[in-house]
Amino acid sequence: MELTFYIASGIAIVATIMVITRYNLIHALLYLVVSFLAVALVFFVLGAPFVAALEVIVYAGAIVVLIIFVIMMLNLKEEAVEEERHWLTRDVFIGPAILSVLLLAELVYIIIQGDTGQIATKAIDAKAVGISLYGPYVIGVELSGILLMAGIVGAYHLGRQKKKVVHRFLEHAEE
Amino acid sequence: MEKGGLHPMIIVGVVLAALLTIAPGLIWLERRMLALWQDRYGPNRAGPFGVLIVLADTIKLFFKEDWIPPFADKFVFVVAPAIVAITVLMSFVVVPFAPGFVVSNINIGILFFLAMSSMGAYSIILGGWASNNKYSLLGAMRGAAQMISYEVFMGLSLMGVVLMAGSFNLQDIVYAQRGLWFVVPQFLGFVIFFIAGIAETHRLPFDIPEAESELVAGFHSEYSGMKFGLFFVGEYLGITLISAVTVALFFGGWLGPAFLPPVAWFALKTFAFIAFFILLRAALPRPRYDQLMEFGWKILFPLTLVNLLATATILLWMES
Repeated sequence: MELTFYIASGIAIVATIMVITRYNLIHALLYLVVSFLAVALVFFVLGAPFVAALEVIVYAGAIVVLIIFVIMMLNLKEEAVEEERHWLTRDVFIGPAILSVLLLAELVYIIIQGDTGQIATKAIDAKAVGISLYGPYVIGVELSGILLMAGIVGAYHLGRQKKKVVHRFLEHAEE
Repeated sequence: MEKGGLHPMIIVGVVLAALLTIAPGLIWLERRMLALWQDRYGPNRAGPFGVLIVLADTIKLFFKEDWIPPFADKFVFVVAPAIVAITVLMSFVVVPFAPGFVVSNINIGILFFLAMSSMGAYSIILGGWASNNKYSLLGAMRGAAQMISYEVFMGLSLMGVVLMAGSFNLQDIVYAQRGLWFVVPQFLGFVIFFIAGIAETHRLPFDIPEAESELVAGFHSEYSGMKFGLFFVGEYLGITLISAVTVALFFGGWLGPAFLPPVAWFALKTFAFIAFFILLRAALPRPRYDQLMEFGWKILFPLTLVNLLATATILLWMES
């Protein structure tokens, strides 16, 4: 099981690096899907099968599909790839690299300092996730619910328009 | 794994062999059944009752030029047809065909099935996008919208069953149906799941991603040879999958009177649903794209929520 964990996390890291360095947006998103799948496997190995399944259904299955949907509508072609190549110079990476190195240093410090526990302790099933979501973390659930509601209302407002009838016969019937 | 179960690899082999025989067989069956309902003969020349038509078709597909358009995105174009076959075959991992005869008896069976079916959407989207063709792109966008929408209530409609069985594990769900098949208390859930299943496999009447009268062949317009063949077989595997899952969740799986072995009951029930799929194709016209989305979000979605709420309320009331 421990080997599976290391392979999956390695794939996740490589795939995420590929997401950042691809010029073609769809290729980048494909690597993002691979990264999500790898993270789901990491969750599974760590004893959270329910969260692993939701990671695949929600992130890899729905959210990335929506992003791809938008990108398909934008119809990005070679010019976009060129533009992206233009933007991705070495200088761009300096800032994020410094921040990441700081985070990495902290992570290494914590791992060396503290007792991080064993891999694959106890499987946490759907019931336990539900109890903790609607018990101690209920305020988080409510807040994200309100946030999503705001998104839906906003989308409705932006997408609302009067129904136009283009056919000359139907014009009068619709009045 | 149940006690004294077979080795998983043997089950994998048997299931794979059975599925890859059934899927091409269905092509012949569908053409003959459609012909029967439309008052014509259908393919009846090659072999007894024309069974060998599938073999002839496969040989033809193998020898066709496997053409990748120069304007296509080659890598994605090649990967897309494989995704549909892989995701559908992976879903069969959690389907219990008989007591103990299941490849992986994991606790999140239903969720695994839903995850795999949501990954299946990528084959349509990527196939249509990589083809770099207007019709393919339109088909892919329709397919993406349709599959995302119908996935939502496909998952939610199954939660009633999960509530009643108290488990995501398909084998436990089948055992929970010993007294009464879930199709009776969860009839609404069954209807919604089956409609969503038709939309997920983009079969007629919900085949708008590949509507041939408006989009040439939709997302797979540019595909030829065995790449097209994979999309084709993937569709029939999808029908088998939805039928098998419907049987396991709502129609008691392998349960049945003892004069037939459990596997036979499962196969028989699954076959009945496959035949129903084919009948639908012969009987119903295709809705318009916006009608399909409206039907989903304005009718099926509220109904699913009502079903879930009612099931939960009744279960809590019975408990107390």
